[in-house]
Amino acid sequence: MDFLSGLFSFLYQTGDAFAFLVLSACGLAVIFGMMGVINLAHGEFILCGAYVSTTAARMGLPLPLSICLGAIVAGLVGMLLERAIIRHLYSRPLDTIVVTWGISMIATQGTLILLGSSIAGTGTPFGSFAVGGYGYSVYRLVLMLAAVATLAGLWLIFTRTRFGILARATIQVPHIAEALGVNTSLIYSLTFGLGAALAGLCGGLYAPTMTLVPTMGSAFVVEAFVTVVVGGADIFLGTAPAAAILAFVKAGLTSWQGQLAGQIGLLVAVIVVIRILPRGLTGFILRERA
Amino acid sequence: MQIRASGALAALATLFALSTAAFAQDGEPIKLGVLEDQSGDFALATIGKVHGIELATEEINAEGGIAGRPIQLVTYDTQSDNRRYQEFMRRVLQRDKVDVVFAGFSSASREAYRPIVDQFKGLAFYNNQYEGGVCDANMIVTGAVPEQQFSTLIPYMMEKFGKNVYTIAADYNFGQISAEWVRDIVKENGGTMAGEEFIPLGVSQFSQTIQNIQKAKPDFLVTLLVGTAQASYYEQAASANVDLPMASSVNVGQGYEHKRFTPPSLANMYVTTNWIEEVDNPASKAFVEKWHKKFPDEPYINQEAENSYIAVYLYKQMVERAGSTDHDAIRKVIAEGDVCMDAPEGHVCIDPKSQHMSHTIYLAKVNEDHSISFPKVWDDIKPYWLGDVGCDLTKENPEAQYTPSDNPKAASK
Repeated sequence: MDFLSGLFSFLYQTGDAFAFLVLSACGLAVIFGMMGVINLAHGEFILCGAYVSTTAARMGLPLPLSICLGAIVAGLVGMLLERAIIRHLYSRPLDTIVVTWGISMIATQGTLILLGSSIAGTGTPFGSFAVGGYGYSVYRLVLMLAAVATLAGLWLIFTRTRFGILARATIQVPHIAEALGVNTSLIYSLTFGLGAALAGLCGGLYAPTMTLVPTMGSAFVVEAFVTVVVGGADIFLGTAPAAAILAFVKAGLTSWQGQLAGQIGLLVAVIVVIRILPRGLTGFILRERA
Repeated sequence: MQIRASGALAALATLFALSTAAFAQDGEPIKLGVLEDQSGDFALATIGKVHGIELATEEINAEGGIAGRPIQLVTYDTQSDNRRYQEFMRRVLQRDKVDVVFAGFSSASREAYRPIVDQFKGLAFYNNQYEGGVCDANMIVTGAVPEQQFSTLIPYMMEKFGKNVYTIAADYNFGQISAEWVRDIVKENGGTMAGEEFIPLGVSQFSQTIQNIQKAKPDFLVTLLVGTAQASYYEQAASANVDLPMASSVNVGQGYEHKRFTPPSLANMYVTTNWIEEVDNPASKAFVEKWHKKFPDEPYINQEAENSYIAVYLYKQMVERAGSTDHDAIRKVIAEGDVCMDAPEGHVCIDPKSQHMSHTIYLAKVNEDHSISFPKVWDDIKPYWLGDVGCDLTKENPEAQYTPSDNPKAASK
């Protein structure tokens, strides 16, 4: 029984870290991994999702719907930004860093000025359960399921829908796709919107468990970039296994030596992976070692 | 004849110089630099400090200023960034030439700017509770220190809940030194540490920490978490049903977590604070009312806001008694040992040896519905520790920070 409860606890912690990495990285994997836009405003899409979903939930909308609404609003904001600003910079990757960083600062400070230094949360739903003397949060299991469901949903979108095939074609060889009659500018816009919506979904899902402040996005950004960089360009061959490996490293070290060791372990793992596999896990799996 | 003429000229010149000096004294404003985090991770707890300074300044200027001179605020937003503190501290001291600076929330920020204050012989007020130990004549500290917050709180908790203690603390100088204080007090009172964990600033996910705590089965938990990211702990611990009594020197009185989180995630939290807006006495009620008149949208008035407000009045008193803004003259006034005032929290005085402030310490308990009750109040707790370990700023100025394991008394043993 002791062994089983220990095993459960380790699986739970790894699953929890996995969910956090997958959910915070998915949106970035689409925007940075696929489209190549280094999006430093990723955290602010998460912030947008969290604020919208919390406000909706406090106004009486059921939580699942509020979270979806948060994702949709973040997606629309993403599409708007893509139309207005990002699309002019696709051939200038370094400039996108500066621009998205600027957007991030404007969003954070604007939120502080307009909405104040924090907004009230909704509280975490569902309560707790106990295994072997330890209490666990039920909502954290929901987050793990949501991470898996998000991956499954993305897989369906990119392999089983017309939009997914056109998006992959557009990103791989844009001019051929355009020559074949694909409206590539619309596809770019929708793909960027999808990435922003995924970030918003992450914000909505984590909002009930966190402090809601204008700087909350920064809590996700490092982990998101780390996961995407380790993963490489492909969400399924890269981001998902990267999140699994990093979650294992982080949960193991945190339970052994505390949060600081977990953080250090995460960053050391990244350095090691980039040194050995410059194109991330995707490159390794596709045998594209440089 | 010639000698007499030059003598008269010199006398005239002196007279002229004196009169312009007096003139400058009359009209010229006293410049007060304000370096506080109005954006970034700490903004939530510190915007109120700026408001406190503004409120006191407005009141003092309406009554004719400090010895006839109005206060002029020179405010910069330090953005919760230690480098900004260094940059702006140089700017207010060298370019703006302020008479006094009110600066800083986190201890890391304070230690970042303190060498600059020392270098330019500035005078800085640190209006924040902290881990204690700063023995520096260029600093006046109005915030509460461990002998005021921990020497009261930890023995109370040990008596009430048990002697097995677990600490989680932010991983920088504040958390590390405060945890050392907790460890020492627990040991002195015959208790044991069930565990200790230091959390890097900015961490927001606590699943594993929560489990480590549950595994150690402490009688109560000391939470020294700082910043809005770390505050996510309470929500996550409540949803995992940790259900332990908590003790803290920074929560509630600083980040008003009981107002921001859904009950009962902070229930059974005990905090020692020198003031919060729930304190129930006439002076305090009037203060809150006055505050809301000027800042109707203030979400919460915390202990640091009150510290900042009374610091302006203390500075006024020191300058008026010293007859100038000169630091040596001000220190002579402090050395008299009776720079005191009646604040919303009660009577407070500046201690000459450490230039720290005595406080009324309120034990605030967060109830199930997140209302606050005060099971205990300690009157007039003096900041005695620095004096005990050999800091005496009336005699010498080491410009150092001491800790329980690193101080002149420990070194001489």
